[in-house]
Amino acid sequence: MGRREPSRGGASAPAQLTADQQRKREVKMMADSDSADVALIGNTDLTSSESENNIVNTMVEKGTALLRKIEINVPEAEKRTGKNTVNMQETYTAYLIETRPAESLPEGSVPATPDSLWRRYSEFELLRMYLLVTYPYIIIPPLPEKRAEFVWHKLSADNLDPDFVERRRVGLENFLLRVASHPVLSTDKIFYRFLTEEKKWKDEVLETGFQDKADSRLKSLSAMYRVKNPDKKFTALKLYSDELSAAISQLLRVRARVADRLYGVYKVHGNYGRVFSEWSAIEKEMGDGLQSAGHHMDTYAASIDDILEEEEHYADQLKEYLFYTDAVRSVCRKHELIQYELETAAQDLVSKKQQKEELTTGTVRIFSLKGMTSKIFGQESQEQRESRLAALEQSIQEGEEALKEKNKECQEFLQTAWEDIERFKEQKDRDLRDALINYAIMQITMCKKGIQVWSNAKECFNKM
Amino acid sequence: MDINGQTLPADFSGHMLDMDEDEDLEVFSKKTSHVDGDGNPVPNSPSSMVNQYRLEEDGDEEHRDIHTKDLYITVDDPESHVTAIETFIMYRVLTRTTRSEFDSSEYEVHRRYQDFVWLRSKLEENHPTLIVHPLPEKFVVKGMVERFSNDFIETRRKALDRFLKKTANHPVLSFSPHLQVFLTEADLASHKKQGPGFLSRMGETVRAVANTVRGLKSRPEEFTQMQEYLEVFSSKITSADKVTQRIIREQKEYLDELKQYHPMYVQWANSEDVLADSLKSVADCVERCSKETEEQTQHLSEILCPAIHEYVLCADTLKGVMKRRDNIQAEFAAKNEVLASRKAEKEALQEEVDAHADRLEQANNVLKEDWPRWKSDIRTDLRSALISTAEKNMEYYEKCLAVWESFLFSQRPEPREQSDGDHVF
Repeated sequence: MGRREPSRGGASAPAQLTADQQRKREVKMMADSDSADVALIGNTDLTSSESENNIVNTMVEKGTALLRKIEINVPEAEKRTGKNTVNMQETYTAYLIETRPAESLPEGSVPATPDSLWRRYSEFELLRMYLLVTYPYIIIPPLPEKRAEFVWHKLSADNLDPDFVERRRVGLENFLLRVASHPVLSTDKIFYRFLTEEKKWKDEVLETGFQDKADSRLKSLSAMYRVKNPDKKFTALKLYSDELSAAISQLLRVRARVADRLYGVYKVHGNYGRVFSEWSAIEKEMGDGLQSAGHHMDTYAASIDDILEEEEHYADQLKEYLFYTDAVRSVCRKHELIQYELETAAQDLVSKKQQKEELTTGTVRIFSLKGMTSKIFGQESQEQRESRLAALEQSIQEGEEALKEKNKECQEFLQTAWEDIERFKEQKDRDLRDALINYAIMQITMCKKGIQVWSNAKECFNKM
Repeated sequence: MDINGQTLPADFSGHMLDMDEDEDLEVFSKKTSHVDGDGNPVPNSPSSMVNQYRLEEDGDEEHRDIHTKDLYITVDDPESHVTAIETFIMYRVLTRTTRSEFDSSEYEVHRRYQDFVWLRSKLEENHPTLIVHPLPEKFVVKGMVERFSNDFIETRRKALDRFLKKTANHPVLSFSPHLQVFLTEADLASHKKQGPGFLSRMGETVRAVANTVRGLKSRPEEFTQMQEYLEVFSSKITSADKVTQRIIREQKEYLDELKQYHPMYVQWANSEDVLADSLKSVADCVERCSKETEEQTQHLSEILCPAIHEYVLCADTLKGVMKRRDNIQAEFAAKNEVLASRKAEKEALQEEVDAHADRLEQANNVLKEDWPRWKSDIRTDLRSALISTAEKNMEYYEKCLAVWESFLFSQRPEPREQSDGDHVF
């Protein structure tokens, strides 16, 4: 699981950590390794941030052409005020996107200044919508949540809260890397422009006219209910994505409640700190022991903040896959739509052929308005019949062409979509397993801190 | 937003949880330690001064208490008794002794809570300035436990047991004839009828209130110091008690939520194939951690909480002792005044005054001797309860640590050829 694992596929991408990320990682490692003897069982010497970086590095090391060319970061976020579309003042956050050439530099040379531009969340949303419409057979990576959900009570649900902004920044960076490491999406020109062209990008993306190509919600829903023979694999996939979505949502909800309670437990211990301290003032022999024990209780109470902060990362990893299930469902719906259109086209053709048959043989098998009116108003003339027949023949031919096209579309969709789904499955299994490992590491850190504090407290109590 | 409607700052590290549910608990903030009016730290505890008066023999005597148990008492076997009018619990009191005052070396009697109350009131009556160990409360105040639930009965039994053991250990109280009667007589009812009645006790109280103010004015310094210590101690130990009970409550609620993890992970595992094993492992881990949490909470309830609570009651007892001493002093002072003003009946009054003087001196000495004993008990009892708690907490974290480390171990990738020798996988 180490990050120095040679990447499969032969192309060796250099370590894609910026100096900033590297620095942060080192600081974290120093902070985490406060216990004298680090257990070297399995991966317990791995910090949780290292584990997270593994995910990033695996993405990056897979090596798309784009990532071989450039390195992408979202290093900063900034509060801005400006006028919105209805010309009202509003406050929003802008995120800095940095790209720099990926080639490893010779020793001692100064790295080139990166290209950078600022984007706000709504622009990311626009990009994603474009990708959704343009690549309906691809599971498009999700954006970090628009509003904070599954919060436990101390965490602010305010979009402008610095913790929320920070987590969103990380999420946006993750999104860009996901897209950049996707074999198909990474080649998209609009995506590249998003990273490189600040001002004109919006016009460019709108000019693609993707908004017109979007399937209406009504159309999608209608297909979902009326389709008769969706591919079994897709039906199973849809079911799975519903189950995964439910499982993760419930887990996140429980996690939030557990976090809330655990926060309470730790913080109440802080009250011991004050009580012991004040009590120690009237004691002679017990005073010192009580006083120092009190300090350790304060430390214990304070430690929960970092612990729960770490746990937010785990929650974010789960959330990413929760949102991924939406993208999966999107692909399934597209399949249903195409399949439905195929079935409709086939059905149409059958009905037209039957009409033709009726017309030629004179038998009325299907109720038709023309049939009824001819019964009431009298048979049509030979001429009329022949012209109708000709029109029908034409229609049938067109119908057959359309069916062939639709079939081809369906097959292509099935193939390309399923390829991406396989890729996605592998990624999901890998990433979620990493998340679970991450969680275990966090628990271990928490336990180690607990042992330390209570061991210190015990020493103080001994001195009483 | 906290309950006062203020927005909490993002950095919570300095803040402790507001004890908003407990009205008497102050909102804890970082205040400086206890100081007097001049800003000096409160002087050393009275025991350090009283220590000067203690002779070597006292030290030996204390040792004797602990190590030579010539009076060994246990309280066990609670049994429910149902009569037409009431239901109550009877406890078995077993005594083993080598003392000559006792006719036999072993006794078994059955006592109910009321009997213990009688015994204690007798002890206090006869030794007004000795520190008699408190009994468990009649009712549980916050109503957390039902009156006859097993937990309640067991907690009470332990406290009654401690009461008798502490009393048996006391150099003076253990020789009380009332204690002997309590331990040996099959039927306590006849003995209970004797002694000053309720009304005379009332009279004492009234006099006590009247005399309190006068007594305070000329209280010897050492007792003032005791009083001051006691006030702070009482307040702090009460706070500690509330904190401990709050922690137990919070942990129980935490445990309830924690238990929900297991079914979540199991359910998720059922939808997965590759991930199923890892998820089931995690489910297993959280379950084990839940069990450990339950055990640790239990330990708090059984060890730390009762120990601290006992001293809350002790502090209350001691307040009573201080009052009674003050009363005795006040009575003496009153009599003395009368003597000074009425020169005619001087001789008769003088005797009375002398009697009160003796009584006061005895009361003072008795208290002075008992105080350090009590202080030392605080130290021993609370220290051991706190150490035990710290050890249990360490054990709890160590066990959980092992659970998660074994999970990580199970998730190791299959060993493969390492070209990079630095890494241990």
